Amino acid sequence: MNLAVRDIRHSAGRFAFTTVGIGLLLMIVMGMGGIYRGLIHEATLLVDTVDADLWIVQGRTRGPFAEVSRISGSLEDRARAVPGVAEARRFVSHTIQREYQGRPLRMVVQGLSWPEDRGEWVPLVAGRPLGRSHYEMIADTSLQLPLGASVRLGKDLYEVVGLTRGMVGSGGDGLAFFTVADAMAIQFDQPGEAIRLERAARRARVEAVDLGRLQPQLLDRAEGLVSGIPALGGTQISAVLVSLAPGADPEAVRRTFGTWPDVTVYSTEEQRELLLSGMVDKARRQLGLFRALLIVISTIIIALIVYTLTLDKVRDIALLKLIGARNPVIVALILQQALLMGAGGYALAWWWGRYAFPRFPRLVLVTPADLASLAVIVLVISTLASFLGIWKAMRVEPNTVLAA
Amino acid sequence: MNITAPAITVEHLRKVYGSGHTEVVAVRDASLEIARGEIVGLLGPSGSGKSTLLTAMALINPPTSGRITINGEAVLDGPRALVDLRAFRRRHLGFVFQKANLIPFLTALENVQIAMEVNDVAPWAARTRALELLGYLDVEERARNLPAALSGGEQQRVAVARALANDPTLILADEPTAALDSTRGRQVMELFARIAHERGAGVLVVTHDHRTLDVFDRILDVEDGAIQCRKNGSAAPEA
Repeated sequence: MNLAVRDIRHSAGRFAFTTVGIGLLLMIVMGMGGIYRGLIHEATLLVDTVDADLWIVQGRTRGPFAEVSRISGSLEDRARAVPGVAEARRFVSHTIQREYQGRPLRMVVQGLSWPEDRGEWVPLVAGRPLGRSHYEMIADTSLQLPLGASVRLGKDLYEVVGLTRGMVGSGGDGLAFFTVADAMAIQFDQPGEAIRLERAARRARVEAVDLGRLQPQLLDRAEGLVSGIPALGGTQISAVLVSLAPGADPEAVRRTFGTWPDVTVYSTEEQRELLLSGMVDKARRQLGLFRALLIVISTIIIALIVYTLTLDKVRDIALLKLIGARNPVIVALILQQALLMGAGGYALAWWWGRYAFPRFPRLVLVTPADLASLAVIVLVISTLASFLGIWKAMRVEPNTVLAA
Repeated sequence: MNITAPAITVEHLRKVYGSGHTEVVAVRDASLEIARGEIVGLLGPSGSGKSTLLTAMALINPPTSGRITINGEAVLDGPRALVDLRAFRRRHLGFVFQKANLIPFLTALENVQIAMEVNDVAPWAARTRALELLGYLDVEERARNLPAALSGGEQQRVAVARALANDPTLILADEPTAALDSTRGRQVMELFARIAHERGAGVLVVTHDHRTLDVFDRILDVEDGAIQCRKNGSAAPEA
């Protein structure tokens, strides 16, 4: 006869409420694990999706995700000339916050190396890749921009021609893909007054030197576009992405780039590791610690619940002892109830999580491996939690029945 | 089961609580014997030591000194257990209390069945015997009810059925009629007498109910921790 099941059946309402409480607690534990996984997934999503073999970044820096990286746009052409390189693309990435229809619009502006890269590799859920060199964008659905929408960024209007889903940056902001030229125009957009002031300042600096006075043409150039001034106008990008030719020796290509003193080269795996160990490291450690804390709290709460349930059954336990029930019968009563509560709570947490987690503002990624590990954790904490109740039950004297 | 041996023999039992100036002698040099098939009443005022004597005989409150033998097997020598007491209780003792003390989440049938299942009786056999016992005690029709749905008398009869489950050598009852009206109290006492005489179990009943003394084969009075006198003319020995 299973005493645990019969007791639960008798106090079904109370047991259900308790299990609901435990389920909510376990859903938070599950969610914390999901947020942790989601953080890692989002942080490395772009690195994994962009499909590059090598990342060339500013010398002695850790790349565009860890810190500011500025390299010359011409590096793309230098990289293409290296034996073993099949393709080199410019990479521009920065986060902006603007307004769209009265709401804040925060996005990671991602430059595609037009015309080689039109965003064909971006997983689209609607629309198409970029078809023009300017004024088109592919937006993640999290940005809530409909297909065909026009968004003003800087001085220009950009039309949403494609939609992707789940493409976010390490901060959880949706990605928006533009050509590199547009991405840079958005990044370096300045108000007209600022441009006029800068030009005036340049003219003043040129007038202050002999060369400026002797060469009036220089004064005209100083007042013109930045791109028209060779000394100032070099395109600055974040990185160059290199894809190797089939059969190329990656180490040999790396060694070649390693001889260039102005850049540092990383493999995709190294870039990934830099992200995890640098940018998201503290956040994931904090989540990990918080999750561990929640597991400890869950254990204590389940232990107290089991202890209270045991206190309610002291007379029944005493009677069982009086009529000669062996300890395993009593231990099984308490342990099975703790395990059933844990299992019920786990099932509820999983079920609720399926509906709740997709509604979270950032990705909550619960993997089968995490579900399995949490199941084992629940099993362990339910067992540990039952020890307090079992300890109490073992101390109950049979003559407690006679005391009342 | 040794059917020729007395159900229980208690020799020079003494129980002392506390020590030094806080020492209280609850039972002093009590000796008694209950034969199988005999029903014995244990009377005495509150605090006289009868409950201490009962719990010592129930093997849940070891005496300070003295010896207890049940069914011919020495069980306790002073506080020292000579056998596994819990296992011994399971096989040889049945208990009935002032309150029925049924497990609230088990049906009447299961309350009887559990006493046999903890004694390693197969569930189907335990169920069959439990139904038979409930029939014997006229509560078979309430077998599937939870205790809360039973009257006080029905609960007490289920408790008696539970006490009989393992065909015990000795049934110990602590004021089993206290919570019942006089009619039902009388019925329960007559039931104990029937169990003793028909089933051959020794029955010891602690009671305050003087209206039912006629059912006992023998009555023992406990006063100040000692068994003082004997009534109803039994030949059973006592100190």
